[in-house]
This record gives sequence, C-alpha cells and structure tokens, in this order.
Amino acid sequence: MSAVFEQIFQVGFLAAIIRIATPLAFATLGEMFSERAGVLNLGIEGIMLLSAMAGFTAASLSGSLWLGVLVAVLVGALMGALHALFTVALGLSQHVCGIGVTLFSSGLAYFLYRLIFGQQSVPPSIDGFKTVPIPLLSDIPILGPAVFSQFTLVYMAIIAVPLAAFVLYRTPWGLSVRMVGENPRAADSAGVSVIATRFQAVILGGALMGLAGAFLTMAQFNAFTFGVVSGRGWVAIALVVFGRWDPWRSAGAALLFAFVDALQLRMQASGLGHIPYEAFLMLPFIFTIVAMAFMSRSAVAPSALLKPFRREER
Amino acid sequence: MAGRPEGGAALPSAVSRIASQGAPLSAPLIEMRGITKSFGAVKANEAVDLSVAPGEILGLLGENGAGKTTLMNVLFGAYAPDAGEILVEGRPIAIHNSADALAAGIGMVHQHFHLAPRLTVLENLLIGIPGKSGRIDRARGLTRLTEISRQYGLSLDPNLPVSTLSVGEQQRLEIIKALFRGAKLLILDEPTAVLAPSEVDGLFAALRSMAAQGLGIIFISHKLNEVRALTHRCVVLRHGKVAGRVDHPASTTSAEMAKLMCGHEIVPPVKQASTPGASVLTLDGISTSAHAGTPLREISLFVRAGEILGIAGVSGNGQRALADVISGMLPPRAGTMMIAGKAVTQFSPRELQALGLGRIPEDRMTTGLVTNLPLADSMVLPRIGTEAFSRKGLLNPAAIRAFAEQQIKAYDIRCPGPMVRAGALSGGNLQKALLARELAFDPKVLIVSQPTRGLDIGAARFIHEKFLAMRAKGCGIIVIGEDLEELLMLSDRIAVMYEGRIAGTLPSADATVARLGLMMTGAEGRA
Repeated sequence: MSAVFEQIFQVGFLAAIIRIATPLAFATLGEMFSERAGVLNLGIEGIMLLSAMAGFTAASLSGSLWLGVLVAVLVGALMGALHALFTVALGLSQHVCGIGVTLFSSGLAYFLYRLIFGQQSVPPSIDGFKTVPIPLLSDIPILGPAVFSQFTLVYMAIIAVPLAAFVLYRTPWGLSVRMVGENPRAADSAGVSVIATRFQAVILGGALMGLAGAFLTMAQFNAFTFGVVSGRGWVAIALVVFGRWDPWRSAGAALLFAFVDALQLRMQASGLGHIPYEAFLMLPFIFTIVAMAFMSRSAVAPSALLKPFRREER
Repeated sequence: MAGRPEGGAALPSAVSRIASQGAPLSAPLIEMRGITKSFGAVKANEAVDLSVAPGEILGLLGENGAGKTTLMNVLFGAYAPDAGEILVEGRPIAIHNSADALAAGIGMVHQHFHLAPRLTVLENLLIGIPGKSGRIDRARGLTRLTEISRQYGLSLDPNLPVSTLSVGEQQRLEIIKALFRGAKLLILDEPTAVLAPSEVDGLFAALRSMAAQGLGIIFISHKLNEVRALTHRCVVLRHGKVAGRVDHPASTTSAEMAKLMCGHEIVPPVKQASTPGASVLTLDGISTSAHAGTPLREISLFVRAGEILGIAGVSGNGQRALADVISGMLPPRAGTMMIAGKAVTQFSPRELQALGLGRIPEDRMTTGLVTNLPLADSMVLPRIGTEAFSRKGLLNPAAIRAFAEQQIKAYDIRCPGPMVRAGALSGGNLQKALLARELAFDPKVLIVSQPTRGLDIGAARFIHEKFLAMRAKGCGIIVIGEDLEELLMLSDRIAVMYEGRIAGTLPSADATVARLGLMMTGAEGRA
C-alpha cells in the first residue's frame, strides 16, 4: 500500500491538480460572475466546447496560440452575449435558454469542426503551449516544479482569483453586479442599469468560459475532440454553489475537485487494477454530489437569481 | 407657506435661475403639470398638477388605487407619462429613469424598500456611486454618512448587513440613501405603514428637520391624522385626478379631508348592542414550545357567539402563535381547545374549518393566497376538495369561477375579473377577497390578524361593517391587532397579550387607549 501512496503523492501529483483545476477555475469564476448578477448560465458546457474548437482552429490555421486564445475568449463572450440577449433583454427562462445555448454551441462546434478539418482517423493536433518556469520561484522545492513551472494560462488562472474577488468586492462595478443579483429594483432606483450590468457580467462570464475552453485544446490536450469538455461545465455550476458564489471559495472548490480527479487518475494507474477503471472515473462526481449535499444546505443563492427584471411590472 | 400661487407656472425663468442659485423660498422646487398615465384602459393619472417648494412638506392623499404611487413613479422616472411635463426649479426636464431623477435631485423612499439584504449599509449606499481610481470609495462614503447623520439626526452602523436592521432602520437607510445622492426633494411612499407608533415620531422629527433645512418633501399617506400633524399643504387624488387641495391641513378636519378622498361622507359604523350567547371557542391553559416568535404560556380565553374579542399587544408577544394554534397550524404542547364544546386540540386546519372556523391571516401575500395563481383559485383554495368545487377528485372550474364572480360582485372587489393574477390586486381588494372567501361559508368562529393594516379608510370601513354584521349573525370573532382605536371600536372585550401570556382582559367600556397601552408594556396585571 505504501508503494501506491508513494506513487500517488509526488511532485507530479501536485502539478496535475493545478493543471486539472485551471479550466475549472476559469469556468467556475465565469459562472459565478453571471450568477452573482442574477443569471444562471447553463450554456457553459456548450460555450466551453465551442470556444475550445474555435481557439484550436484559429491556432491551427494561423499558427499563433495567443490568437487562438483571443478567438476562444471572443467566442465565449459572444455566446455569453447571446444568452444575455435571451435571458436579460428578453427576460426568457434562464434554464431553457441556457440548455438551448449549450445545444446550439455544441452542434455548431461539431459542424464547423467537420467542415474545416473533415473526417480524419487521427484528430489533427497542434503544438500547444509550453510550460514557462518562473525564475527563482520555480527553484522552491516541491512547490516550484508543481506550481511555478506551468503554462502561462495557469498563472493567469491563479491571478484571476484575487482579481475576481477585487472586482466583485472592491469596485463600483462589482457592487453593481452584486446588487442587481440581490435586488435589481434597488439597483435600478439607484440609477444603475440592471440590463447593462447583467449583460456585462454574463459576457465577462462567457469570456472566462472561453478561456477554460482554450486551455483544454491548447494546453491540456493540444487537439480538439468531441468529448474534450466532458461535463466540466456542469461541474463548474456545482462548484459555484459549493463555493457559495465567492471567488476564493469557488477556486477552492475547483482545487478540491481537481484533487479528487488527480487522485482517481493515479489510482487507475496504480496497482488497484482489479477494480474497473470506470469506478475511479466516478469518484470526483460522487465527491461533488456528497459535498453538495453537505455544504449547499447553508449556501444562499443571490436573491434575484433566475428572476428577469422588467421595470414597469406592478 | 400659504398664498403661493398654485402651479407657479407663471414664474419667469429669470427668477427660477436665481432660485436655483439658492434664494426665494417661494420658487417651486418641483412642478408637475398635466401628468397623464394609463395602464391599458385604466387611467392611473389624469391631468394632475402639483408643486413643491423648498422647505415645504406636501401631503399627497388618496385612497388605495387613487394614483398616488403611479404619480410618484412618474416623477421618479419609473414610468414614462403619456402626457404632461415636469419642471425642476423652473426648467422643464425629461426624466426617463431613476438616474435622471436622482441627477435632478429627486429621491424616493419606496413603500417596499429597495435594499439588498445581504449587502452592508455602506454598500447599499454606495451602489451606483462612481468610485475613486476604479475602487469603491469607502472613505468618502463614510464621511458623507457621518455628515448626514449629524445634519439630520439619522444614524446607522455602516458595516451591518441590511438583513440585521429593523424595518425602521431600513427606512432610515432609504432616506439616507436619497440624501446621500444629493436629493433636494424627497418622496416618501406611505412611510408610516410599516412603522410602530414610537418610530413614527422619530421619522416625523427627521422630516421636519430636513424641511427646516430647505429640502422639499412629498409625504404620501392615507392616514389623515399624520397628514394633518406633519404637512404644510395637501393635494388629494381620487380616481387618478386631483379631487381637491388643502392649504392648511392642521386646521382642516379629518372628516373634510376624508370626504375629499372618498367623494362622500364617511360615517363610522354603528355597533348594535348584542347579548353574547354560549362560548364558541375556548382555550384552556394553552402553551406552545418555542416557535418562530414568542411561544404561548398558559393562554386561557374564550369568545362567545355574537361577540368580538380584541387581542391587543405589541406585535411579537405571541399573537402569531395564538393565531396559528387556533387555526390548527401549530399543535399546542399543553392545554385544550374547544369549539362549541367539542375538544379540538390536535385537529388539523381542514378539520377545524369543517367545524366552522374561519381565518384571515396576517400576511395577505404569503399565507393568505397564492399571488401567481388566478384570484378565483385563491378564493376557493381552503375548500378546494369539498363538494362545492370538485367532484370525484376533479376540479369544477365553472363552479370555482362562478363562486369568485359572485364574491367579486358582492364585496365590490375591484379587479379585471376572476382569472386575474391575485398578486396584481391592491391590498384593500385582496383583503376583501380573503374576507369574502371566509364569510361565504358562514363561520361560527372567525380569527383575523391585522385586518385593516395598509388599507385606506373606505376599505377599512367596509371590513369593519362586515365584522359587525357577522357579530350580529352570531359569529364569534377574534381580532388580533395593534391599532387600539380600531380594537376599541370593534370589540366587546379586549385581552392584552404580553410575552406569550394574557396580561389581562377588559370589557371595552372600561378600556382606554392609555390603560391598554400600559397593560401592553406589562405594567398592569389582570384588571
């Protein structure tokens, strides 16, 4: 058994957690901004997939990875704007429109991918991002190679967490986002445009989901496959609840999920081969369900979540 | 204040320019001319003129649905008027949204507060205020808050979450919020409806201090004594139009103003003498375990046929638990309850209802009915499973509709029809609907909480008359309330609740507001 543990808990394990957590952190922060403004975005799964595809295609055709990231972010923002158009401007059901956005985005991603790359026996791949060790910091034992010898996108995710907290809690815009998510009428009577603020938050959220997608096809897998997102978007929605709509807690939730995911990957590879690997695959999701059951009871959602705002309603 | 030309329209623009630099008191701060606003076929406002001068407190009077709130929402930019113009310090301006209104110096304290409960006092104040170099400017916010506190005597802890504030404090925060944004005119929509009597005095002191320092105030209310005590001048609305103007409210009688509001004289209902019959409801030593609110401790009371028992007390002294026990929603821990001599202590609400118990709950919107369902459905909800409204487990929509239509007519419930969303009705009409729903089945015992809270004189009078009519028919009625005048007028006996006990019971002939008030504080025991 100790051999198994040794195999599991090593520097590579810590690095794997960080890598797995990165797209989840982007996606979770994106969903959190949207929900703090009062808009549930179930389009997240499809937005991540379409962004992953668009970013990969742009990088593959132009040869520029950063152009790929930019395209992924723009596509994410655009799909966020589409969701906001339906749910904020038109005040339609957030559940129905979100699922619609996911189905539409996924379909569009598959369609365009086939159109551009045709059917190939081996999916085309790109030369993805390389790790960029940070001088000095990467020399720290254990932490250095695990955290400070990563992709630039990982560093961006690490910076994104305090940045999101700062924006949400310390800036007038962040206060407006929280206010339109709690009591849009209060924001409206204070002269804050509820519609504009919600649009901005959902678009920002979409852009962050786009970054998550970009990470998957340009740093983690360096190729686009139809299963590249495989439920990470849905998990992010749970992680937002688990993280109680707070950037720090949400990032913590992403790390915890990543820990369990990395653990099951190692367990699959270790000497526990007599257990079917599907059992290990389930672990992170079982963990999420159990954690939600225990933790979400005390979680209180933004009061105006799911509620469209119409001014002249009496 | 008197003698200013109403409508000040003839004011030359030169004067108004001087006025805006801060001079003569007589220049109107705000003027509304010919405001008309319709919702569908209903004219909520029709050609309304109104003006407020700096330092003036203007009363805006009218029954529910007279168009007071609509008019103020037009002024605050929430609704666009169909016709008419608004002038601020003599200049016509267009107010498209609340940001425009705030920029023009108009602040509004809504009846339902516009606050985010989970955010702090300071955060609620700083919403929509530009920050300093991209950050929320907390320091400036705190400074302004201190200034306002000092200037008008309104203070609050900036770091408390709003959810921990009392209703009175939340209202104070709304006022501070308006002043914080530089309001020169403050609109208060029925501010006293949510306040305890002691809090009303504090509010009035603050409003007088604001007016003395040059702010204009529009005070919306249908409580005539408050309007007479506070305002310098009144505009009375009826059916969306100006029904009259009162230049000296303090020296005008309530009856005169009530006549303007309702369009006819208001005659207080006559309470016929009656001889109460046998006890229809008896509580003996009822205690409850800790419940949301104050638990009951050995409550014993009875109400007889043809009698109204008033339950007075500061709210939060167990009234809620009492109403819940009587209606069967809260099983008592000890004691017995009897209806017409039959022990019913552990009966369910439905069983009690079948025995002739009717209840009109305190909160019309949450416990009373389902706001998102058609009015007709809410009106039959307590008896939805009975033969009258369903057969063999299937609803009988025709019967439900017919019942609702009949009650709408009988009780003059103003609504577009029985299928309208219940939540769209005004408070007075909702209360009539709830009353109709219970009285249609001739209850033997009726328990009502705060029956006329938030209602105007006309609607309240209507409710009172119905209670007295039920009393004459031999129904035993328990009225739980905080309005002592109302309890004295309706009741045959008044019991006072204090900390979950009955502090004492008086025949209403022996009761006075002062004596009841003393008992409500626990100062005087059983009389």
